[in-house]
Amino acid sequence: MTARTDKTVQQAAGPAAGVSKDGARPVKIRRRASDGGRRRPLPAALSLHALALILVALVLVPLLFAIIGGFKDTTQLSDNAFGLPDPWRPENYTDVLTAGDFWRQLFNSTLVALGTTVIVVIAGAMVAFVMARFSFRGREGFFTLFTVGLMFPPAVAILPLFVLLREMSLLDNPFGVILPQAAFGLPITIIILRGFFREVPHEVEEAAILDGCSPAGFFWRILMPMSRPALATVAVLSLVVSWNNYFLPLVVFTDPDWWTLPLGVQQFQGQYASDTAKVLAYLVLAMLPALGFFAIAERHLASGLTAGATKG
Amino acid sequence: MTPPVMTGERSAAAGGGHARVRKSRTSTGSAARNRSRRRGTIALFMAPALLLYTLLVLVPVALAIYFSWFKWNGFGGLPTDFIGFDNFTRMLEDPLFTGDLRRGGLLVVLSLLVQLPLSLGLALLLNQRMRGRALYRLLFFAPYVISEVITGVLFSLILSPQDGLFNQILGSVGLESWQKAWLAEPDTVMIALFVVITWRFFGFHTILYLAGRQSIPGELYEAASLDGASGWHQFRHITLPLLGPTIRISAFLSVIGTIQLFDLVWILTRGGPVHSSETLAVTMFDYGFQRYQIGYASAFSVAIFMISMVFALLYMRFVMRRDTAGALTTMGGRK
Repeated sequence: MTARTDKTVQQAAGPAAGVSKDGARPVKIRRRASDGGRRRPLPAALSLHALALILVALVLVPLLFAIIGGFKDTTQLSDNAFGLPDPWRPENYTDVLTAGDFWRQLFNSTLVALGTTVIVVIAGAMVAFVMARFSFRGREGFFTLFTVGLMFPPAVAILPLFVLLREMSLLDNPFGVILPQAAFGLPITIIILRGFFREVPHEVEEAAILDGCSPAGFFWRILMPMSRPALATVAVLSLVVSWNNYFLPLVVFTDPDWWTLPLGVQQFQGQYASDTAKVLAYLVLAMLPALGFFAIAERHLASGLTAGATKG
Repeated sequence: MTPPVMTGERSAAAGGGHARVRKSRTSTGSAARNRSRRRGTIALFMAPALLLYTLLVLVPVALAIYFSWFKWNGFGGLPTDFIGFDNFTRMLEDPLFTGDLRRGGLLVVLSLLVQLPLSLGLALLLNQRMRGRALYRLLFFAPYVISEVITGVLFSLILSPQDGLFNQILGSVGLESWQKAWLAEPDTVMIALFVVITWRFFGFHTILYLAGRQSIPGELYEAASLDGASGWHQFRHITLPLLGPTIRISAFLSVIGTIQLFDLVWILTRGGPVHSSETLAVTMFDYGFQRYQIGYASAFSVAIFMISMVFALLYMRFVMRRDTAGALTTMGGRK
């Protein structure tokens, strides 16, 4: 009982601010002390830094090659592979941006990712809510049923999924990708949200019920707004998975009008096989949205991925 | 796999709100009404997800098993030509299947021996106080955010035999004799594929290890260094054992990911040259969507499923049995 009260007090005091203020300082001192005592021998430290720098180069060189290569033309790419473009040719980028395909694929990717995310977060949160706040016969059975889904790779289901979607006339329809993606995203969403919903103190629910809130009202008006960090984590996870998905759109979308960016990139490479610089420009533009989003949402993405990894 | 449930306290807490609304035990009518309303709420909240999950996850997996007993080109309603286990006997004798297993095994071994130690070393480095640590983290994680398709297309250009960047680099340092069509020669294609896989995934594992390392209390190192333990001993006797759960999870994900590998291979090589980089999922796709042998392709789906399942169960039973789910690293919403 005491543990529960403590948690409540802490939560009431504002979880983020309270904990980090009290927690950060001693940790900082401790770390400095431990680092001092843990100084590595010089060669080891040097070799580790060398390793890091080599890895930085290995990550950066392909990306820089793509970005800078996009400003070259094909002869420059073969004669002057390492230097800067001379002259700089922005045409590759502007051509892609002025043709409609790129923007349409960007729109399709966004539509599919947002649709998937809205469905998986709402449906997943509803299940997580009853599984966290109610006790009923078969609850753990249902929970296990959902967690087992983590072990079903989409590759296993793709053939029957294709047949099912064909029978439901969902091929070349965004819902043909949105609904299966949401279904496969449910397990991890439910696991993460259930864990979070359980931590919300019972007193909050009690107060809401006393004020005449129905369970649905508590869920929608109190629990969901309180759980914004966890909802952001699962939403970001779902957005990224959907954005990068290739296998399912590949079999569902045969009509180029519905192609998402991954399909478009692959098709563009086939179409302009001889114009490497143009393909590079397309690649760079196609990776920008994900990288930009990542720069904004890095924290949520990292916590979602590690939670996803460790809660399996 | 799932955290233990404190059923007693939990049920009191969860059901309590509603139990308290009941006026008394004698008014059974309102109690029953409450109970049925509660049941209605539960059903209503579970219904959408359960429907979606059953229809689009459970049914397809069951159908894959069902299809694998038939000879079927995928057209017209449901398959009718039942052939029992013939697809499986054919698969076991198919050199593609045994080759897929061999190549998958090779990638698993390489990942465990090269990629994971690399990620671990990098995570320990990034854990130290060093300039630009946040930038490093962002940078190493970036490839994981870029889709496999973009990664694949980018590296197919870099490794291309005509003026590919890699061959140009080799040429510029006087190693012209090493220049190759890396993705088009059976001898080099698997190594090239592994390099690309590593490029995309090592940052993900690094983030995992970093989270695990940061959860080890600093006092342990403090105490150890007071006792005169060297850096190596601290690594061997503190870091490594306490990172055990993270290492086991990271290895697990690496193996499961390799079993299902499709996107990168399909973009880079389509499984070629002459099937020398094919994986189970690529073979499945090829039989199913290119040659319309849905029944036979489903046997490959079932194989992927069985291999992942058996591996996961054995791994959880024998390797991860001591790791409780909560003790590993972070949960969402870290403070």
